[in-house]
Amino acid sequence: MAKHDVKSPIPGTFYRKPAPDQASYFEIGDTVAKGDTLGLVEVMKTFHEVKADADGTIADFPVSDGEPVMAGQIIAELS
Amino acid sequence: MTVNVISAGIATTIQDLGRPGYYHLGIPMGGAMDRLALKTANLLVGNDEGAAGLESVFVGPELEFTRDVTVAVCGAELPPKVDGEPRDTWTAFTVKAGQVLSFDFLKSGARIYIAISGGITTPVHLGSRSTYAIGALGGVNGRPVQPGDSLPLGKSSKTVKDGISVPVALRRGPSNPAELRVLPGLYWHRITEQSQDSFFEDTWKVANEADRMGYRFQGGRKLEFVEREQPFSAGADPSNITDACYPYGSIQVPSGSEPIVLHRDAVSGGGYFMLGCVISADMDLIGQLQPNMPVRFVKVDMEAALAARKEQAAIMDEIRELLS
Repeated sequence: MAKHDVKSPIPGTFYRKPAPDQASYFEIGDTVAKGDTLGLVEVMKTFHEVKADADGTIADFPVSDGEPVMAGQIIAELS
Repeated sequence: MTVNVISAGIATTIQDLGRPGYYHLGIPMGGAMDRLALKTANLLVGNDEGAAGLESVFVGPELEFTRDVTVAVCGAELPPKVDGEPRDTWTAFTVKAGQVLSFDFLKSGARIYIAISGGITTPVHLGSRSTYAIGALGGVNGRPVQPGDSLPLGKSSKTVKDGISVPVALRRGPSNPAELRVLPGLYWHRITEQSQDSFFEDTWKVANEADRMGYRFQGGRKLEFVEREQPFSAGADPSNITDACYPYGSIQVPSGSEPIVLHRDAVSGGGYFMLGCVISADMDLIGQLQPNMPVRFVKVDMEAALAARKEQAAIMDEIRELLS
């Protein structure tokens, strides 16, 4: 399939894991289905799930765990 | 005569211009964080400028209407859609009975104000419909809106022109870096001269802890305090004072590290020193700051603060004239 970007709808801090002591939701090369949670964005003391809006294989996570993101920034590239 | 909430967006609350007069009892004024945006949205749809609308942060709600209404969305650039068709912000548009208002991704700013002709007519508490969630006052039974809520609407008294819009020059939002003007206050002498300078020299960044109660900032140099023997009842930390009143806009800096500017849902008092206050003319801007945005604080005196307040009032007058 064509390349597809998953974007964060909100600004905040991006996390690839559900909790600091747990494994990442997904790694590069994993297959994901539409609706799968790819990461969390923390803002205003709450966490919001960012879900895949298409099926695909994860080609890249351009934002590292714990990095700031702006609204509309790409958090995962699917191929 | 209702608007049905399909999804609620983030921290979507009913807000009007708040309930001044109870702060001495610990109940903050509340109301829209960006007052000019709410007032303008109301005027665009023919409401009194203090009518209750919705405030959403970063992500807008999905709303279904049970009668034809005029809607305007002001504040952040969060593009509205009617049944999926894009509409402009800062512009009046029609939503017909059965149609759904939704929103695209946030482009800039942080908070939108959705005004609906007739206004939202939930019960008034202490003179306002504003949601003060911490105190369970106003809003929908004291809370933010949730999916499944039906919000009552009032009768609209004035017909407006579809497509009427506010010129870009009158739409105020933060610059990049944002500049917030500050009037040094009662406890200014508590920090060293070097820290008095560094606070204004450094570029700060909005932290994730940024909500209706207050905005936290990070990244500037830690403030150093003038040594003293702590007065009776003040805590041991040099940033502590004997408990005092906290004004809206006051800047406390716990332990000298991360400044917090109190906003519309402020706590009314406590034991942290305040280096000064963000001037009233710039309070609206704070409501449009996103986390991680760079911010500079700019030192002003009382004369400049009052001139800025006058200037903001003149802009609001211009908008009123335009939309009357």
